[in-house]
Amino acid sequence: MGEAPAAVELRGISKSFPGVLANDEVSLVVRRGEVHCLLGENGAGKSTLMNVLAGVHRPDEGEIRVAGRRVTIGCPRDAIDLGIGMVHQHSSLIAVFTVLENLLLGRGEGLRLKTGEALAALEEFSALLGVAVDPWVQVGRLSLGEQQQLEIIRALWRGSRVLILDEPTSMLTPKGVEDLQRVLAQLTRQGLAVIFITHKLREAFDIGDRVSVLRRGRLAGTIDEATMRGGTFAELKQMVVELMFPGEAARLARVAEIRGFEGPARRSRRPAAGPPLLELSDVLIPGARGEVGIDEPLSLAVHAGEVVGVAGVDGNGQRPLAEGIAGQRRAAAGDIRLAGTTVRALSIGARQRLGLRYVTDDRLGEGVAPPLSVALNLVSKRIGAPPFWVHGRTKKAAIERHARALVEEYDIMTPTLDTPAGSLSGGTLQKIVVARELSFSPKVVVFNKPTHGLDVKTTAMVRDRIGRLVEGGEAGALVISTDLEELLELCDRVAVLSRGRLMGVVENVPGAEQEIGALMIGGGDE
Amino acid sequence: MSSLLTSEFLAALLSGAVIAGAPLLFAALGETVSEQGGVLNIGLEGMMLFGAYGGFVVAHWTGSSWIGFLAAIVAGLLVALLMVVFCVRMGRDQIVVGIAILLAVEGLTSLLHAAQFGTSYPRLGAVPTVRVPWLADVPVVGPSLFGQPAIVYIGIALVVVVWWVLSRTNPGLHLRAAGWKPAALDNAGVDVLRVRTVAVLVTGALAGLGGGYMAIVVAGVFVPFMTGGMGFIAIVIAMLGRGRPLWVAVGAFLFGIALSSATSLQLAGVNVPTDVVQMLPFVTVILALIIFARQSYLPSALATPYVRGRR
Amino acid sequence: MSEPETRVASPPPAASVKVLSGVWRGLGPIVYALVAGGVLLLLMGRDPIGFYATTIESGLLSQTGLEQSIIRMAPLLLMSAGLIVAFQAGLWNIGGDGQFLIAAAVVAGLGAPLVGVLPYSLALALLCVIGFVAGAAWTIVPSVLKAWYGVNEIITTLMVGFIGIRLANLLIKGPFLSDRSLVPQTDVIPFKYLLPYLPGTRIHLGIVVALAVLAAVHYMQTRTSYGLSLRMLGASPKAAAHAGLDVKRDIVTAFGLSGGLIGLAAAVEVLGVWGYVRADWNPAFGLTLFALVFLARLNVKLVIPLVGFFAVLSIGGHEAARRAGLPNDFLLLLIGLILFFMVFTEWARTKGWTAGMRLRAAGRTSQREAALDE
Ligand SMILES: Nc1ncnc2c1ncn2[C@@H]1O[C@H](COP(=O)(O)OP(=O)(O)OP(=O)(O)O)[C@@H](O)[C@H]1O
Ligand SMILES: [Mg+2]
Repeated sequence: MGEAPAAVELRGISKSFPGVLANDEVSLVVRRGEVHCLLGENGAGKSTLMNVLAGVHRPDEGEIRVAGRRVTIGCPRDAIDLGIGMVHQHSSLIAVFTVLENLLLGRGEGLRLKTGEALAALEEFSALLGVAVDPWVQVGRLSLGEQQQLEIIRALWRGSRVLILDEPTSMLTPKGVEDLQRVLAQLTRQGLAVIFITHKLREAFDIGDRVSVLRRGRLAGTIDEATMRGGTFAELKQMVVELMFPGEAARLARVAEIRGFEGPARRSRRPAAGPPLLELSDVLIPGARGEVGIDEPLSLAVHAGEVVGVAGVDGNGQRPLAEGIAGQRRAAAGDIRLAGTTVRALSIGARQRLGLRYVTDDRLGEGVAPPLSVALNLVSKRIGAPPFWVHGRTKKAAIERHARALVEEYDIMTPTLDTPAGSLSGGTLQKIVVARELSFSPKVVVFNKPTHGLDVKTTAMVRDRIGRLVEGGEAGALVISTDLEELLELCDRVAVLSRGRLMGVVENVPGAEQEIGALMIGGGDE
Repeated sequence: MSSLLTSEFLAALLSGAVIAGAPLLFAALGETVSEQGGVLNIGLEGMMLFGAYGGFVVAHWTGSSWIGFLAAIVAGLLVALLMVVFCVRMGRDQIVVGIAILLAVEGLTSLLHAAQFGTSYPRLGAVPTVRVPWLADVPVVGPSLFGQPAIVYIGIALVVVVWWVLSRTNPGLHLRAAGWKPAALDNAGVDVLRVRTVAVLVTGALAGLGGGYMAIVVAGVFVPFMTGGMGFIAIVIAMLGRGRPLWVAVGAFLFGIALSSATSLQLAGVNVPTDVVQMLPFVTVILALIIFARQSYLPSALATPYVRGRR
Repeated sequence: MSEPETRVASPPPAASVKVLSGVWRGLGPIVYALVAGGVLLLLMGRDPIGFYATTIESGLLSQTGLEQSIIRMAPLLLMSAGLIVAFQAGLWNIGGDGQFLIAAAVVAGLGAPLVGVLPYSLALALLCVIGFVAGAAWTIVPSVLKAWYGVNEIITTLMVGFIGIRLANLLIKGPFLSDRSLVPQTDVIPFKYLLPYLPGTRIHLGIVVALAVLAAVHYMQTRTSYGLSLRMLGASPKAAAHAGLDVKRDIVTAFGLSGGLIGLAAAVEVLGVWGYVRADWNPAFGLTLFALVFLARLNVKLVIPLVGFFAVLSIGGHEAARRAGLPNDFLLLLIGLILFFMVFTEWARTKGWTAGMRLRAAGRTSQREAALDE
């Protein structure tokens, strides 16, 4: 195939942040009509590079060419005017605004709101993408998939010729990913260039025409179209992993495998689980404003030595469930027992002291206190407890010893123990959170989206830890995830949650995925 | 007590409420604008005070209350410029800068006043009132509500204007976006700092006008520290109004009633200590907060400086 | 070097440089503000050198001036301690003046009857406790509204603060009104019942109390689990709740401690200096201290010199302003200017820092190029 002309070209882009060289002379060509996938571990600099293109960051060095012309992109407006649209890793929709208002942002010069035009555009692009979005509803009430679609519609309406999608699939169901793939095919046929960032190798090969890998801020390599077409999955996987983690490919081979090249690896069933550690009976946990709660009585048990999964599309009551168990919300009815003790009326701290742990999905928002040091964040759930505090007095040495041990054990990449946690990457934060929750012999750990947004390696580490937690038969785990493969890999049983209702619990035996899928769809029918 | 409900009492009360409420209305409308845009102006009082000073001095020189009002607006803008430079452009802490503004303006106006007038306090003539035809003839409410200086009607018109801009126009949409999620606005290609700059300047102009009104219409004289906490009351009104100009107007009027009722009560022969009367509006709001126990929904990015690409 | 290291670690600056730049960070804004204020004085036809000389002379160098400055520091330091506790926990207690006046009125009002009947030290101790409790009580409404209903405490402390100022007046004009005075005020606590002087001086005990309290607050902040709970709360309320801390309790106690220390400041001022409170008295320390505490970045060790500076400025500046025929409020302007300059230098520093990083990154790149050339 003849080379299509370049839509954008990055030459020698460097960008540094205090203490970090996030992009180091990266050069990248994206051609018209292609989906170009960008891979790399957490903190590799993928988002930074794309933000340079979208006008969020100014590069320290390097030049950008759009359609062959050298350009300066000083602000997001410049990027939009050049036809570069970006759907950011973190949503740039305003939840309290309506769909229409979100579309209208930045769309008019004068006083008047171009409501009519926005409605027409919404209709046109909804038809193109084959979706339906109500213009008058508040964005906060849309599902994450719908929000993603809205962002794409908005980028298209702004006349984007280059569309950047930064981890768009992290919140989508397999079906959503398929839809997105269809849409992208449609768009590239019209000559759009798409840059697609993901952590899932499988997706990269399914969706991408070419794949580039960033490693520690530098371009490690690009796999061209011919190779992509000619190579088998196994070969391509080998190449990418070698680019991402040079020298570690052998060690990570198993990991890449479980990412879905040869079908999910299934947890081998343990013969018999121990006594029940966490029992929910007929609990109701109301949602916050505009959020789906656990609205129908839910009963579920986690036994010692067992991993129970909770499957479902995000926003179907997962967070109320997790927070209700952890004590961050009150259950309106029903009973929650921890190793036989009723904890429904107990505080968060009291439940922790009974051995309940909660790995939150909101790492930066509540998982850590961003300005506090790594060391303090590693003991923040034991404030006041020995050996770190004796009669309320801080034992600094004990804290540091413990923190240093965890940093080593979990390979937490931090410059020092005193570094503020907020300055670390998402993957590192998750390691801190997991390390903290798994120390001091927990009985039951609730994981909420434990590997969301994590790179292959960190994902493997976290999953490995979950497996090791229950191995001894002393503890149990409840894993809430939107990633079905993850659940199949980890769990003994999988409960399916839909619209705040427990649709059923499936034993993880061959064929379970069909049954789970059916339960999820069954919930959707209502 | 029988005279408490006489028409004179009511007329005095309403008229006093409008007079005392108008500066609150201007300032609180202004604060509403910047709060919706994500800037908390703790220095509002400073803007009012400088407006009062500038308005008074110019009105004193020129003998024209209108030029005085213009000067008050300019004075408010000047102070707001500090807020723009330090908070919007440099991204510094809004509360610290607000307090700095207040302290500096208090000191500066007091100093300037002393340098110009020593310890004398020259007075301005009364500002002419404008009677709205027909309406002003309605008994009791007529003269008090529709026989006010023209600037009061401008204030009422501004309520409608601010409401319209906030809810029906592009700048209003952008302003609210700057208050709720500035990064989203920026990514949509709108310059957040520019939106916030304009918002803060509008606040300065309105607060300056409110202060000018206090000096030119209400007092007819400039006294150091004369705003006496009105700026803070305006902030409270704006926060309770949650970005809805009509509620801001109602709040300003209610606080106006409370502030003026001491004099009206005295007119009616009832002697309530001023301390009690001046406490009442705050007590009422606190009681309301306790009873309804409502969260105040403030824009989520309020008081957070915006720096593109920072996380 | 086969593969360039991409993480750039900034080399630690030499200790002496660090100390010097730290000192300048604190002093710079003050110097700039004094210069700017001096220019203003010049413009107004006053002699700035003379003005500042008088300030230092009568606030620091003269025996009585120094003593007065130290006496002034006592309530200021205690109030700062109160503000630090609240701010550290992320609670904006802007109603300090209300808490101060309520406590002052209660202490003065109960003081005169109490000192006569109780033994001397017991009476003083009890009155300090009363001041503490009164100040703490005045935070209950904002703290409960904040803890249980999430009502923004900026609004509530402001409003309750205004109410406090008025209520203090009502107390003084009502139950505590002295019938021995023409102006409305409380009964006067006889001089011999006031706080004792430090040996050999005319400085009352308050300063010692204040320093001890500050030391305790510092210890609490840095060395106790309670201090960490408050820091957690200030850093991220959601993270604090997630960590299982009793957030409601922490809000209420931090607010109470804050108001209590401010009340103690009032008690010390009344029992150390005045012996009574007059209606409409309001030293309005709140906002200025708010600013100073920020200037010190909530750090107790920096608060002490800053408050000392402010005390000298307010005692000596008073005299200087009197001699120059200027209103006392010139000091407010100076404080305002200091804050502006502080904010500005901070900004300039962050700018310089990032520029430095860029340079270093660029340097590294050329280094690599050199390596590649070989
Ligand atoms: N605004 C910022 N300020 C400071 N450091 C930043 C900023 N943005 C990114 N970094 C740092 O730059 C590096 C690259 O970050 P970036 O977000 O580009 O990584 P990424 O490849 O997108 O990772 P992920 O897969 O986790 O999204 C990281 O070390 C990160 O901590
Ligand atoms: Mg990223």
